[in-house]
Amino acid sequence: MVDLSFVRKDIVPQRAAPLSEAGIVGWFRKNMFSDIPNTILTIIVLYFIISVLSSILPWVFSPTWYSGSLTECRSILAELGRDGHGGGGACWGVIRERWLQLLFGFYPSELYWRPILAFFLLGLALAPVLFEGASRKLLYLTAVYPFLCFWLIWGGSIWFPITVFAGFIIAYVGFVYVNKIAGSLSGVIASIVLPLIWWLFIVSPLSTMLFSILPIGSEAIDSDRLGGFMLAVLIGVTGIALSLPIGILLALGRQSDLPILKGVCVCFIEFIRGVPLITLLFVASTLLNIFLPPGSNFDLILRVMIMVTLFASAYMAEVVRGGLAALPKGQYEAADSLGLDYWKAQRLIIMPQALKISIPGIVSTFIGLFKDTTLVSIIGLLDPLGLSTNIRADMAWNGILWELYGFVGFIFFIFCFSMSRYSMYLERRLATGH
Amino acid sequence: MNAIPDPDKQGFKFSQLLYDTRYRSMTIQVVSLIALLLFFGWLISNTAANLATLGKPIQFKFLGEPSNYDINQRLLDYTSRDTHLRAGLMGLLNTLVLAFMGCITATVLGVAIGVMRLSKNWLVARVMTLYIEMFRNIPVLLWIIIVFSIMIETMPRPNQFRSGEASMKLLDSVAITNRGVYIPEPLFSNGLGDIYLLGASSLRFGISLDLIALLIVLFVGVFVSRKIKTSADKIQNETGVRPTTWWKRISVIIFPIILVLWALGFHLGYPELKGFNFKGGTYMRNSLIALWIALSLYTAAFIAENVRSGIQAVEKGQSEAAFALGISPGRTMNLIILPQALRIIIPPLISQYLNLTKNSSLAIAVGYMDLTGTLMGITLNQTGRELETVLMGMAIYLVISLAISSLMNWYNNSVKLVER
Repeated sequence: MVDLSFVRKDIVPQRAAPLSEAGIVGWFRKNMFSDIPNTILTIIVLYFIISVLSSILPWVFSPTWYSGSLTECRSILAELGRDGHGGGGACWGVIRERWLQLLFGFYPSELYWRPILAFFLLGLALAPVLFEGASRKLLYLTAVYPFLCFWLIWGGSIWFPITVFAGFIIAYVGFVYVNKIAGSLSGVIASIVLPLIWWLFIVSPLSTMLFSILPIGSEAIDSDRLGGFMLAVLIGVTGIALSLPIGILLALGRQSDLPILKGVCVCFIEFIRGVPLITLLFVASTLLNIFLPPGSNFDLILRVMIMVTLFASAYMAEVVRGGLAALPKGQYEAADSLGLDYWKAQRLIIMPQALKISIPGIVSTFIGLFKDTTLVSIIGLLDPLGLSTNIRADMAWNGILWELYGFVGFIFFIFCFSMSRYSMYLERRLATGH
Repeated sequence: MNAIPDPDKQGFKFSQLLYDTRYRSMTIQVVSLIALLLFFGWLISNTAANLATLGKPIQFKFLGEPSNYDINQRLLDYTSRDTHLRAGLMGLLNTLVLAFMGCITATVLGVAIGVMRLSKNWLVARVMTLYIEMFRNIPVLLWIIIVFSIMIETMPRPNQFRSGEASMKLLDSVAITNRGVYIPEPLFSNGLGDIYLLGASSLRFGISLDLIALLIVLFVGVFVSRKIKTSADKIQNETGVRPTTWWKRISVIIFPIILVLWALGFHLGYPELKGFNFKGGTYMRNSLIALWIALSLYTAAFIAENVRSGIQAVEKGQSEAAFALGISPGRTMNLIILPQALRIIIPPLISQYLNLTKNSSLAIAVGYMDLTGTLMGITLNQTGRELETVLMGMAIYLVISLAISSLMNWYNNSVKLVER
């Protein structure tokens, strides 16, 4: 009998996957052509992409960078044999000629270094807040930055921002000193009352006096010369920086057990969230002066900043409240059982976790706020959109549209997209789960 | 056993107001209430002093005066001899129409895009991501202006239709021109007419009886259709076999409506080129179309993200369990996935509707006469009553927002998971 049983002695070597399953072909089959409906969908989308690109790309790549007016653009395009009536190509000359204006508004061009320096310092001042690796010493810069930025952009006497900043030092010193003598509550009251007296009654005569003794300052710039992306960033950053702390306080107020405080916070939040931002800007432009003491008339940009900040704080409060509500009750109870008082519990236990949960919401509020700065063009400020209208009123560029809007939209996209990517980075960095 | 002794009865001391937790919260509240009242008193006294200097005490008499301006899109009868109040009402109706249209299209688009973003097709998913990022990161005001410019600059002029350079779309029924879009209008040759309410006051309005008749028939049809469904459910519960009812349920709704439409002599009035412009049909202005498209596309990007996160939040085990029970994919979607996803999607959806309604106030940028354009725009400029008009406008927006959110919260509560 012959033994016909067959036992393989050695393992068959691995073979590569079939060509249709591996590599690029396999990937395409799996992700784009897996079955008939999928293939049809892919073909439709491809057709759509190609038709959009084929109409936009020739328009974008148009050799009109050095043209000085719309008619010159069109003649360049007509010489190339393209359609000279706008459809043939973009007229990028307007961006070359006016991009500085779109960035700085009517800021005097010999002083452009001031907003540029302010913007650069903003990056440095934000670094310790945004990134872990940055030097902690930069936090000193962060503390004085608002005053430095104010002085760099608006100019004028250096003593005014310095004396205003001194108010905060007085608050701190007052707190520490009175705290030692008369207890923490008196310390808190002193830290509120003393700087208020300082700001309301002492700052303006003192800064005038100091300026007459030591006239250090720079050329003052009127607010109506500010504009462009500088204005958008200025309003946006102020709103962002101030709305977070105010929003946190409002959220805590809304969560609190004190009915009157809670009612006030709820009314404020719901009122602000119920009306469009544009109506609040109308209030800033027409009504705010009526609400303030007779004769007081301060800058429109400042009024807009106040309204934008209030608007963003109400939204921020709701985002933070969501974070607070998402925390397990045990965290509050644990803080209580450790004997921490309310503020310590908030600062050490609750807020770090609640804010971490609400990062995506906080950043999307920031993005929304930055986008909403375009609304100030409706009440007549020269933000990028307002400037676009202004540029189109110029004889040389009368009739230009897409180039300006495209440029403005592109810059906004870069700002907002990088903010949203940063929030993803932050979420990953702070993630402690598994 | 030691009993805890009562604390010494020392009587009330003033310092207890600050250091005793029983009284401290009271103290804080009273102090903050006083501060708040002082603040409001300060504001009101300032306002009174300022208004006295300006010589315009607060009064709403201007609402009854003739407005002397025209409104280009009016849903009710209105002339420039009507009052400012009626002009404001026209603006309010325009706002509501825009918001309503926008919410519907934004929801449809947003759901479609959100689902496609999760598509297994790599290309489709990428294109949808690009769409979402583009619209979420560029200001809505810019989008409105861009769409408005597209409407004005690239659409054909009415006279180009005459020379044949442009043609009407959809079987010669829709004309897209640079002045706006003309669509067929519904007409009733033996209609029931209108009823007019509120006489000759500023808030008078008329309602088409044809519309009321159609709505009644529709509601009755839906009601009967639901009855059929309940009885089918009952039969299924008793016998285990579900009778086929879909054609009954659809025809109960559709046939009565067709019958009523026929009885009323329903036909479409098509737009026609007469002279320099189109006549007939419903005319939708450029500004309305631009706002509608831009707000829908913009809000759809946000809704798409909500829909995506809602669908992703339903665990995979749910659909696997449904398949294990032998439920068909369509019914799995309807009965298992969607009810759970909707619960997550609806709250953010409400806030998107609110955002859209509030963003509709940007209409002022393209000259659409909404509430901001009439009451807080031309009326403000003509009468110089900034305090009254702006506060009224804010109050109206506030009421709209609260109404939408309470309506949606009521719906949200009705689909909420009942927890034990």
